[in-house]
Amino acid sequence: MEYFVQQLINGLTLGSIYGLIAIGYTMVYGIIGMINFAHGDVFMVGSFIGLLLFLMIGLTAATPLVVIILALIGVLIVAMALTAVWGWTIERLAYRPLRGSFRLAPLITAIGMSIVLTNLVQIAQGARVKNLPPDIKDRLAGGFTVLRGADGFDAVVSYRQLVIVGVTVTLMAFFTWLITSTSLGRAQRACEQDRTMAALTGVDVDRTISITFVIGAALAAVAGVMFLVYYGAIDFYIGFVAGIKAFTAAVLGGIGSLPGAMLGGLLIGLIEVFWAGYVGSEYKDVAAFSILALVLIFRPEGLLGRPEIEKV
Amino acid sequence: MTAGSRPILEVDGLGMRFGGLVAVDGLAFSAQRGQITALIGPNGAGKTTVFNCVTGFYRPTSGRITVQHDDGRSFALQSMPGHRICHQAKVARTFQNIRLFAGMSLLENLLVAQHNKLMRASLFTVGGLIGLPGFAAAERAAVEIAKHWLERVGLVDRADDAAGDLPYGDQRRLEIARAMCTGPALLCLDEPAAGLNPRESRELNQLLLSMRGENGLSILLIEHDMGVVMEISDHIVVLDYGKKIAEGTPAQIRNDPAVIAAYLGVEDEETAIAVTTGARP
Amino acid sequence: MAKAATATMQAGDSEPTSLGAALADAATAAVIALLLAMPILAYRSVEQAVSLGMEARWGAIAIGVAAVFAGRLAINLLGPRLSGPVGELFAALKSAIVRVFHAIGGWRTVLGMLLMLAMAASGAGKLSTPRWFDLLLIVPLAIGVWRRSPAWLFLGLALFFPFAPGASRYWIENFGILVLIYVMLGWGLNVVVGLAGLLDLGYVAFYAVGAYSYALLAQTFGLSFWICLPLAGILAALWGVLLGFPVLRLRGDYLAIVTLAFGEIIRVVLINWQSLTGGPNGISGIPRPTLFGLEFKADGGFADYFGLEHTSLHRIIFLYYIILVLALVTNWVTVRLRRLPVGRAWEAMREDEIACRSLGINITNTKLTAFSIGAMFGGFAGAFFATKQGFISPESFTFWESAIILAIVVLGGMGSQVGVAVAALVMIGGTELFRELEIYRMLVFGVAMVAVMVWRPRGVVSGRVPTIALKETRRIGGDLVKEGHG
Repeated sequence: MEYFVQQLINGLTLGSIYGLIAIGYTMVYGIIGMINFAHGDVFMVGSFIGLLLFLMIGLTAATPLVVIILALIGVLIVAMALTAVWGWTIERLAYRPLRGSFRLAPLITAIGMSIVLTNLVQIAQGARVKNLPPDIKDRLAGGFTVLRGADGFDAVVSYRQLVIVGVTVTLMAFFTWLITSTSLGRAQRACEQDRTMAALTGVDVDRTISITFVIGAALAAVAGVMFLVYYGAIDFYIGFVAGIKAFTAAVLGGIGSLPGAMLGGLLIGLIEVFWAGYVGSEYKDVAAFSILALVLIFRPEGLLGRPEIEKV
Repeated sequence: MTAGSRPILEVDGLGMRFGGLVAVDGLAFSAQRGQITALIGPNGAGKTTVFNCVTGFYRPTSGRITVQHDDGRSFALQSMPGHRICHQAKVARTFQNIRLFAGMSLLENLLVAQHNKLMRASLFTVGGLIGLPGFAAAERAAVEIAKHWLERVGLVDRADDAAGDLPYGDQRRLEIARAMCTGPALLCLDEPAAGLNPRESRELNQLLLSMRGENGLSILLIEHDMGVVMEISDHIVVLDYGKKIAEGTPAQIRNDPAVIAAYLGVEDEETAIAVTTGARP
Repeated sequence: MAKAATATMQAGDSEPTSLGAALADAATAAVIALLLAMPILAYRSVEQAVSLGMEARWGAIAIGVAAVFAGRLAINLLGPRLSGPVGELFAALKSAIVRVFHAIGGWRTVLGMLLMLAMAASGAGKLSTPRWFDLLLIVPLAIGVWRRSPAWLFLGLALFFPFAPGASRYWIENFGILVLIYVMLGWGLNVVVGLAGLLDLGYVAFYAVGAYSYALLAQTFGLSFWICLPLAGILAALWGVLLGFPVLRLRGDYLAIVTLAFGEIIRVVLINWQSLTGGPNGISGIPRPTLFGLEFKADGGFADYFGLEHTSLHRIIFLYYIILVLALVTNWVTVRLRRLPVGRAWEAMREDEIACRSLGINITNTKLTAFSIGAMFGGFAGAFFATKQGFISPESFTFWESAIILAIVVLGGMGSQVGVAVAALVMIGGTELFRELEIYRMLVFGVAMVAVMVWRPRGVVSGRVPTIALKETRRIGGDLVKEGHG
């Protein structure tokens, strides 16, 4: 039981990270119908920016926990802003020139951008695994015991898990509000439905798409910093696997649907953690991908997506 | 009763539901061999749905659709896979929003339509790959058929151009030629005159009339242009809200009060007048 | 300033710009570059005794930002028309360059000539061959130049390559063979993506199936390469059918994602099924191919039989010709299939699946044939890869291989055999030229991918040539050709 609860907590934490990245995929897919393959690497860039910001602040073992948490929030905000610039630039350079063109072209530039980001970070930061300074990592690893086991195994929820889930819930609430109740959200939904019509009714389509990329990148940065804090170690290659898993999550939940992305993220996180916990970690990726394949074959619109009707 | 005198197409108790929406409800009609049967009705009456059921794009919720060939063989279309309906039941169709292979030449379009025949001739690719002579002969014959139809629709000079480069009216005729290359017994045309100018529309009438009865060809068509419908149809079926409200010869339909009511009930008064007078709207 | 930036950032047909606006826009670009560099490029995290430390490199960043400013300014001045005499001068220069280029006979001929020159200029060959042999190989080159046909030109170059002056063992192995493997993979995937319009992001799975099939068959049953090669192709094709059957009813990007997932599943299985595949350590000691039973070894092998002096170069050249023949067979089969009903059905399906169905074409079967034939070519290439390397491991079959092969197909121009070959040569061969730059190589690769795609979204060779003509064959423009739903 304690083991189950612990896996549940871990799964939800990992799922929150996947969900945050998945939102970027799902929003971009919804608005311009492309798989933004570089998004996983934007997450990786966000994670590195977070790491460097932590190093710049230079926390020590003597820093009180409150300050560390304040610093974390500060790092989150700055990382979001700087990563957003990356998201904006990528869209501007690699996707906008191809808008309305061949459908596969932006897919290829996205793969190209992904290669560029991976290698740029490898060159700039080196190929070795980077560890978050233990001063920060260990302090955030502490937490509360939620369930005390008889055999000495306790189910624990750590501060960082609380922060991750808390920040995710807050951001989800904020962005749901943004999409459903603001003029930006309306513009975005209009562009999803019919870009030409939206432009004719006075929506600035280019700007709306740019903002979508900016939001997606900012959320990926949050996921990146969370990943950094949770695992305490990152390298230039984390974007690929996390990106694919998050995309799986977006498809699982129903691509184009915001709550779907979050639900898909949580499911993928839980599947992965439980599979690793009860079956073995060797095939945990196979489990996630197999579920993706099955869902797509039997329910292509995903869990919360709208089915696509074939028009003759 | 001999097979030859039975209708080519019999639709009985056809129903099609999309979720809660009933698009077609208990529809029964038949299309006679060697005749042109028109399916008309106000927008949203369920005409295209009937078409999609007949040609296998939708699986009807209920009812039977039977095609009866000259040789007595009959096919239950409601349970056949889509591609077999063209291949075995010999029902070909065109589309309301023209579906040509835009990036392929006119000739290629017409050869794709003869796919199944050529596939057998190429021994399912193996023979064609190693260059057996049987395939070359079959392909030459297929090109001749394609050429024949290109001549019939007056596009033979453009045989090597891309289908997507043709003007709209020519694309409509090419699509009919392509459907004819499958060697159909029943040709289903979804609004063949839509978007045509008066001259093109007249040419279309002549083409369809010349094709009718040739090798026993029967035509089922959906059309909004009442000029076309009244001029060429042998038999008209009128739908409204997924139900048949009238059936008969053009003269009968023109004077049918139910039809007039259905068309006057809609916003498009001109069409109603066109129905009753047989004039072009 | 932002407004000026958007105005000048639009494509070349915008209004003439003033020098001031161009400067302001370049400054905006420089600021964005600076923001991008902060802090991820400006600081480097370095391992120190206790934990990570940092070192700054503002000098490099300053140079980079200045370069962005200068580059953006240059684009602003050269791209959209600049008002005044300066603009006219630039415009005249631009059109002159374009005219010279066209006069020579197009970029493909230029590229071919440059390659020939580079090969001729780079020193003496390693093998002495009789004169008549060289002459024989030069025939297709002459035909290529005479007919201005890039296909012949490339064939000539490919045949001639191992005997060209300057073609050392290193070059044949790391440039020639490598490029040809990707040409073959590109041609194989071209059947699936280019002709049938099915977006397959897991093509590497079949490459892996081919490689492991050969390695396992050869090691378990001691079968020779020439028996295993068709078996590997058939096994890969079977896997194509097996994987294709459930997924091919999916459309568009869903198909892409499921194929990607299958590619990853196969890789993970290869890593974890230790008893069969050797896990992450892979399989080593895979047998080398023989020439009608002749091995390439020092005593009693190929060299002895023909009375030549033994050199390891013989085996490399032999491998080169095997992959060249395999690639040419792939090309021959594909070109022929395109003219058969099945190939026309593939292209028709790419254009409009619904229309195909209405014409009595069985979509599932047609998709499966494309998928399995593409898989078969991938399997052949995989078997060759295994025998060439002598060692395989799951690391060679990552998603990036699929991505690179797909990029070659799309960059080359979907459906175009020559385009795919050119793309493989430029992308794989080109980055191989940058090998000395090590880690910068992949960066250049990525930048080139983006740049070429933005420059020519439909690939280098766009459009298609009809497979049959009543009177004369007329090329169909790329804007009419569809890309498929899958």
